[in-house]
Amino acid sequence: MPSLYERLGGAPAVDAAVDIFYRKVLQDERISRFFDDVDMERQAAKQKAFLTMVFGGPANYSGLDMRKGHAHLVSRGLDDSHVDAVVELLGQTLQELGVPQADIEEVAKLANSVRDDVLSRGSSAHA
Amino acid sequence: MPEIRYNGRAFGIHAGETVLEALERQGEAVAHSCRAGLCQSCLMRCSTGMPPAEAQKGLKDNQKAQGYFLSCVARPEQDLEIGLPGDALRVEAAIAELARLSETVMRVRLTTAAALPYRAGQYVTFLRPGLSRSYSIASLPEERALEFHVRRIEGGQMSGWLHGQAAVGDTLTIQGPLGDCFYTQRDAAQPLLLAGAGTGLAPLYGIVRDALRQGHTGPILLYHGARNAQGLYLVDELRSLAASHPQVAYHPTLTPLDEAILGGKRDWKPWRGYFCGDPALVNVLKKKLFLAGMPMREIFADAFLPAAAKPAALL
Repeated sequence: MPSLYERLGGAPAVDAAVDIFYRKVLQDERISRFFDDVDMERQAAKQKAFLTMVFGGPANYSGLDMRKGHAHLVSRGLDDSHVDAVVELLGQTLQELGVPQADIEEVAKLANSVRDDVLSRGSSAHA
Repeated sequence: MPEIRYNGRAFGIHAGETVLEALERQGEAVAHSCRAGLCQSCLMRCSTGMPPAEAQKGLKDNQKAQGYFLSCVARPEQDLEIGLPGDALRVEAAIAELARLSETVMRVRLTTAAALPYRAGQYVTFLRPGLSRSYSIASLPEERALEFHVRRIEGGQMSGWLHGQAAVGDTLTIQGPLGDCFYTQRDAAQPLLLAGAGTGLAPLYGIVRDALRQGHTGPILLYHGARNAQGLYLVDELRSLAASHPQVAYHPTLTPLDEAILGGKRDWKPWRGYFCGDPALVNVLKKKLFLAGMPMREIFADAFLPAAAKPAALL
């Protein structure tokens, strides 16, 4: 059976998803403030890395990377509700691209697997 | 095995090793994050040799054209000379012409002692003792002199010198070129949106002529915004450029550019955008056009940062 990343369509699927997903993020009033003061192109590259990871593709982030990368947002109030919003927008993006529900759930599971690291909770699962 | 040169030093590469790994193993610290060729934190630039195609995946055409690559996935098959994205040449230059384009904007033409290869729309930094300021190039590479549009800034040291004391024949050092805000032709029929305020026109003046010179056939919308009519310059030249090229539409405007551009309903999906000038304006245009459907990889921008901050802007 092909991997999740292969089923979703690999790198071209990430390319197709990244603009749709990033537009949703920028327009979502629950989370847009976390993305206001960043360089859009760098941010888009990071979104791409994030999507590759949650698509089950080759992105080598460690738990420690996730903590470091989001610590400044946690100090600005990033919490579960914002992660929920990101997972929701991710699901909407994949729905628009016609991805089956079972695969969307698998993506959500991968996104949720880094939740504690993103929110700097507990000890890093894999430093 | 191939060898890489970085910071004037030679670095060996083991079989299967990436440029990032080789540099780290030999004591160099290079910014990086995902180690998978995605996040672009480890972006480097190759000045001699061809970076592996694998290491340019996902970069914009304009970055590829300048030899940019992602060091975390670059496994070189040939010798490369590489540097960080902000590294640039320095050449001596002399003022060849100073001509007022408006009350506040001076056309400055420079000739250089050595060749300075560039793309129309890139920028260079002017260096004088204790002073550095960046200006966008308004000329085309085949023109004899480099052209810049320098706005006089209240209390500005470089602009004050160029508007006041400087004379033809005076010399300065220029460093560059940098920036990825230039024309590359993938589809000659693609519609282009060029928008800039104030001297943000300078790079666009180069880009529009470069696109035409390369045979661009698609529509080119050129918006030049200013707060008042004195802020608009080169109006006659651009009117006649538009008159002789039916694909070019020139819109000088005193309306805020985002309103002027997004006022009409248009599908921006197939468009490429070039946005230049004040950073706040550039960011608004990038965001609004992106949200209106323009793909991120088709958006090129040159934000004029205040005094000397510019070299830090990589893209």
